[in-house]
Amino acid sequence: MTSTNPAGVLPVAGRAPARRGLQSHGRATPWLFLAPYLLIFGGFVALPVVLGLWMSLHRWDYTLPRKPFVGLENYTDLLDPGSTTFGPFWQAMQATGVFMALSVPLLLVVPLLVAMLMNGRFPGRNFFRAVYFAPYVLGVAVVAVLWRYLLDTNIGLVNYYLELLGLPGDTAWLTSTIPAWTSLVGVTVWWTLGLNAVIYLAALQDIPADLYESARMDGANAWQQFWAVTLPGLRPVLMFVMINTIIASANMFGQSFLMTQGGPGRETRTAIYLIAEEGLRNFQMGSAAAMSYVLTVALVLLSVIVFWLFRERKEKES
Amino acid sequence: MSTATAAPTPAPGQAPTPTPTSTASRRRPPRQRAGMWARWLVLVVIALLFISPLVFMLLTSFKTRADATSLPPQWLPEEWTLQAYESILGATATPVFTWFLNSMLAAALHAALVVVTATLAAYPLARMQFRGKGIVFGAVIATLLVPPVILIIPNYLIVSELGWLNSLMAVIVPTAASAFGVFLMRQFFLSLPPELEEAARLDGANPWSTFVHIILPLAKPAIATLALLAFLGNWNDFLWPVYVLFNPDVQTLPAGLATLQSANAVRYDLLMAGAVIASAPVLLLYVLLQRFIVEGVSRSGIKG
Repeated sequence: MTSTNPAGVLPVAGRAPARRGLQSHGRATPWLFLAPYLLIFGGFVALPVVLGLWMSLHRWDYTLPRKPFVGLENYTDLLDPGSTTFGPFWQAMQATGVFMALSVPLLLVVPLLVAMLMNGRFPGRNFFRAVYFAPYVLGVAVVAVLWRYLLDTNIGLVNYYLELLGLPGDTAWLTSTIPAWTSLVGVTVWWTLGLNAVIYLAALQDIPADLYESARMDGANAWQQFWAVTLPGLRPVLMFVMINTIIASANMFGQSFLMTQGGPGRETRTAIYLIAEEGLRNFQMGSAAAMSYVLTVALVLLSVIVFWLFRERKEKES
Repeated sequence: MSTATAAPTPAPGQAPTPTPTSTASRRRPPRQRAGMWARWLVLVVIALLFISPLVFMLLTSFKTRADATSLPPQWLPEEWTLQAYESILGATATPVFTWFLNSMLAAALHAALVVVTATLAAYPLARMQFRGKGIVFGAVIATLLVPPVILIIPNYLIVSELGWLNSLMAVIVPTAASAFGVFLMRQFFLSLPPELEEAARLDGANPWSTFVHIILPLAKPAIATLALLAFLGNWNDFLWPVYVLFNPDVQTLPAGLATLQSANAVRYDLLMAGAVIASAPVLLLYVLLQRFIVEGVSRSGIKG
């Protein structure tokens, strides 16, 4: 493959290396540039991926000197209802699944509505965009601590205002199952809505105005314009947002760690929460590593399905 | 009024953004005007929902202990006081000031490390031909697809073998191999005209001095965006610091907030003061550099 720059663009005066275009550098030069990155990448990305697999094949109790090889036992345990890890793992996987099923659709649709409201020219648009994105820069620790206060059963603002509206004002938002999920999902939507809205908005602004113009000429109403122009124009971004949101939701940790402590019972303890506790609190790193591989495979499969869904539709329409 | 689409650093290769309603808006029929006002009203209501929790957090941090839990809840403090700040900043079990310094140091060093490694790595990937380039670039892409959960357990082991448990090194270095950063910088370098390097070479400059004297000064806006996003990300990171920093004096603010919460379950005045301290720097950065942050994030999602 040649470089994008033909060497003959500038008059080449004398110096022979210049004729090789962008290749006029020593063999080691690119690698010297890459070295610092590759050092960290190798040590904390590539190596851990392999090391994790190795650990998952051992009974790797961090606190004990011996880490006996157990083959696939850590994995088969996850499939054996009689093992001690089976119950907690699938309960946590279920919690992750519940959270994703509730939050992903909301985080795909609501930010799109907000972005469409913001698209176009009107006073204060930049201000609204800034306000909606603001919670996202805060980070989960602040968000969770703040909402624990607002959702407090007795003194929280949420219950206080619900009562003012004539609704039940004594909901245990963080300690009973359905309200706890409602809180976790609601807070997550509040926290990250702006991120997806801003990405959507940038994409909406890239859809050429004449497409809407000609759709209107053809007599398309607002709804038809949405299906015929807006959605197709958003397709690549929609796929990106969907995969991003799925992965972010699958990694949900701080909200339940700080707001519900995984409760009531273990209802809201997500898979990553369990993996962290099992591996880094109880030091059962072998089984925790196996769990993280199972979760990763599930996520990669899910991403592949999303890719496939979007490709399929494209072929049908073209 | 100028719109945000006129970004300070338009993404390379991006077509000029059309302004869809620029001519239509001047002669809107009344019905559309009413629609615009309705839309504006909805946006104001949503904006209030987004802002008011933060305002309540700030106001509560100036309340007394009793005031923070009074019934019915009051927005304004009965009596304005700095009690909450005084008692958490001085406490030995929850040294919020130390956490603040730790977070500052960690986030700044992390951002610097990300900028240096990603910028250096992106340059040959964008501008040089060499054997193995495809493999390196493929590995960087693959990182974007690997869910971070897979790294947690083995990285804990690596960090502890290096003796970095309970040290800020553990939150500065392992996450510094930023695939996003390499993409961002590579994208920027690809947009520069190759004649720059041609000219430098004719003047006898080697690749390193070309990079330092010609390329880097031009890359300032992209570097600033990357540094900012890396700082914000590190400042807010939660899961990893909670598990690798367990002594009170080495924690970062988010991990510290978890400690503060378990130590003072119902002291909402203290918790809100801690939350204000943890959010003040990022909110300040955000208010000052809102356009860079939002634009960097939104564009990276599409053009990455």
